Amino acid sequence: MKYLDEYRDARIARALAAEIRRRSTRRWVLMEICGGQTHTLMRYGIDELLADSVDLVHGPGCPVCVTPLETIDRAIALARRPDVTLVSYGDMLRVPGSDTDLFHVKAEGGDVRIVYSPTDAVQLARSQPDRKVVFFAIGFETTAPAHAMAVLQAERLGLKNFSLLVSHVLVPPAIRTLLSHPKNRVQGFIAPGHVCTVVGCREYEDLVREFRVPIVVGGFEPVDLLEAIRMLVIQLEEGRAELENQYVRSVQYEGNRPAQEAVARVFEIADRKWRGIGPIPESGLFLKEKYATFDADRVFDLVDICAQEPAECVSAEVLLGHKKPTDCTAFGTRCTPDKPLGAPMVSSEGACAAYYQYRRHLVTL
Amino acid sequence: MLPITNTDATSLHSEPVTNDEPKDLAAFSCPVPFPARERILLGHGSGGKLSVDLLQDVFLPALGNPVLDRLEDQAVVSLSGIRLAITTDSFVVKPLFFRGGDIGSLAVHGTINDLAMGGAVPLWLSVAFILEEGLPIETLQRVVASMQQAAANAGVQIITGDTKVVEKGSADGLFINTTGIGRVRDGVSFSASQAVPGDVLLVSGYLGDHGIAILAEREGLQFDTQVNSDSAPLHTLVARLLETTHEVRCLRDPTRGGLSSTLNEIAASSQVGMELDETSIPVREEVRGACEMLGLDPLYVANEGKLVAVVAPSVAQDALRALQSHPLGKDAAIIGRVTQEHPRMVVMRTPFGTTRIVDMLAGDQLPRIC
Repeated sequence: MKYLDEYRDARIARALAAEIRRRSTRRWVLMEICGGQTHTLMRYGIDELLADSVDLVHGPGCPVCVTPLETIDRAIALARRPDVTLVSYGDMLRVPGSDTDLFHVKAEGGDVRIVYSPTDAVQLARSQPDRKVVFFAIGFETTAPAHAMAVLQAERLGLKNFSLLVSHVLVPPAIRTLLSHPKNRVQGFIAPGHVCTVVGCREYEDLVREFRVPIVVGGFEPVDLLEAIRMLVIQLEEGRAELENQYVRSVQYEGNRPAQEAVARVFEIADRKWRGIGPIPESGLFLKEKYATFDADRVFDLVDICAQEPAECVSAEVLLGHKKPTDCTAFGTRCTPDKPLGAPMVSSEGACAAYYQYRRHLVTL
Repeated sequence: MLPITNTDATSLHSEPVTNDEPKDLAAFSCPVPFPARERILLGHGSGGKLSVDLLQDVFLPALGNPVLDRLEDQAVVSLSGIRLAITTDSFVVKPLFFRGGDIGSLAVHGTINDLAMGGAVPLWLSVAFILEEGLPIETLQRVVASMQQAAANAGVQIITGDTKVVEKGSADGLFINTTGIGRVRDGVSFSASQAVPGDVLLVSGYLGDHGIAILAEREGLQFDTQVNSDSAPLHTLVARLLETTHEVRCLRDPTRGGLSSTLNEIAASSQVGMELDETSIPVREEVRGACEMLGLDPLYVANEGKLVAVVAPSVAQDALRALQSHPLGKDAAIIGRVTQEHPRMVVMRTPFGTTRIVDMLAGDQLPRIC
């Protein structure tokens, strides 16, 4: 595939890996933020390739993983209502809530639909005026513009039966929390290329200045990631802390202005709870008061459900990069993608699930 | 200290948060897993892990016997010294007609293939239709004509059948069940439990065509080159292979769950490991592109006209040439080998010289593809 195979080229990858090994005088601790990047690193065994020079730890950038349990319970409660069609991205269906998941609610007769785009949900609301269509709007800055557009479209169409169940989180506040932590050991970050395509680089520049930590905006293919790692290692070896952009074919400094404007029109920033990490200040997007009639949390009367918590899961320490998934005593035995104990095992982009899916032949369970 | 637990009620709008103290990691934790609510999910029909669960938890405890317990694609039984292969299969593909085939030809091919994978010469088929009230007779006629054509081309006869009609809404157009009977060749005995370390793994051609053809039809996807289903009867390809060698341990057609599920089944059944070479696995450019776009892995996508062969290392090259000499096997390739290491795991060697696991399909990639 043109424009893709070039970034998966084994010869280029090996050359980059050799250069990273040559330039490293010590084993640097680097974190990739995005779950998509984690997935690529594991799939291509880049951690194995660089084992001597770089300790790769994995960030909290899997939106499915960090969606709070209470929010999943709310989606389940909505899907069980006879008057509601719950529309979601496919990944969310198998994420366990307190006592079931959306796949099971669907099997019990709940009207649960999978779409690739939120505008499909708007079309569904339009074609089914007698049903209340709720779109489960999760994600980082990347999906926010499409969700904002869906609300604006529904407003323009005068739809009264369309709403969003919003669970939107923002990356920079999570990095700030991580860097402020006394146990932090991350020395450089690969910032999420897709997020930066939307929001640009400014906020990451602030983090670089505030914490004197090198950040490289990186893509998602193996050669992208190896190049980003190389850029980080060179900065660290030279004692620099700068913002650099590896993913120039997609990310511009200012980001995508129209997308940012759509988000700013519909959403506002407030404190948000992350599954596995806890509340992080100013880390979430919520629908503005003006769009309250499109906010499922306000349209429907939803009761929160509480959950017991097993002490064994170390998800917070994994999501903050303090531990590797394989450091967990439950990994691969009591905690698997079929029966996840915690956030990073629930989605294929979670760090624990990526290790389980691709790397468990290298560990003794 | 922040009280951070999942029992915190998340307010409608936002939670008050202070960040003047570091978070207490010990207080972070995850919810308990839920006890599975026992219902059939679409994933139970995926051919992956959930299908295996259903076999182990429901079917085998109730119905198990020495023939069924072997869990091959076909049962082999002896009658007056003649070994018969018997198999049954149901078809619920949506849409009924797709590029490269339809539910009728698919049913004939699928059943023939399950017999062929047991080393049998397919002889007779039964067919049962479950029809939805309101189905145009013309649609049924097209499906039946296609079945007749497929059976005639493959040299098998449809010798018995049944028809049921259910109320509108109780089925989706039409469903087909077929049963096939064949005669197992003398001196041939294939089983997924017979793979031994050193054996060589072959596939007969490009992977993922059927699943992508169905999905393209269903989602209205357009590609520069359209992908056709690979639906085809494989018994003559098997015959060609067996003319060359009988040192074949196992044949399987990687249908639902794709190559990964088939190899994992063989690895589990034989208690061996497998190592694949990623660069040697044949996948069409269009299929790779479609999978990339849809977030699918071609190794998990269904095939309806491909086989996987596990053969002794001494005959691997002969087997490859035999497959390649047949029109349905011209793109055949050696894709890996059976190992003693990492038993019951299929491991892929990447072009980067690293390795990763190729697991069985956990959930459901594409429902109703066959």
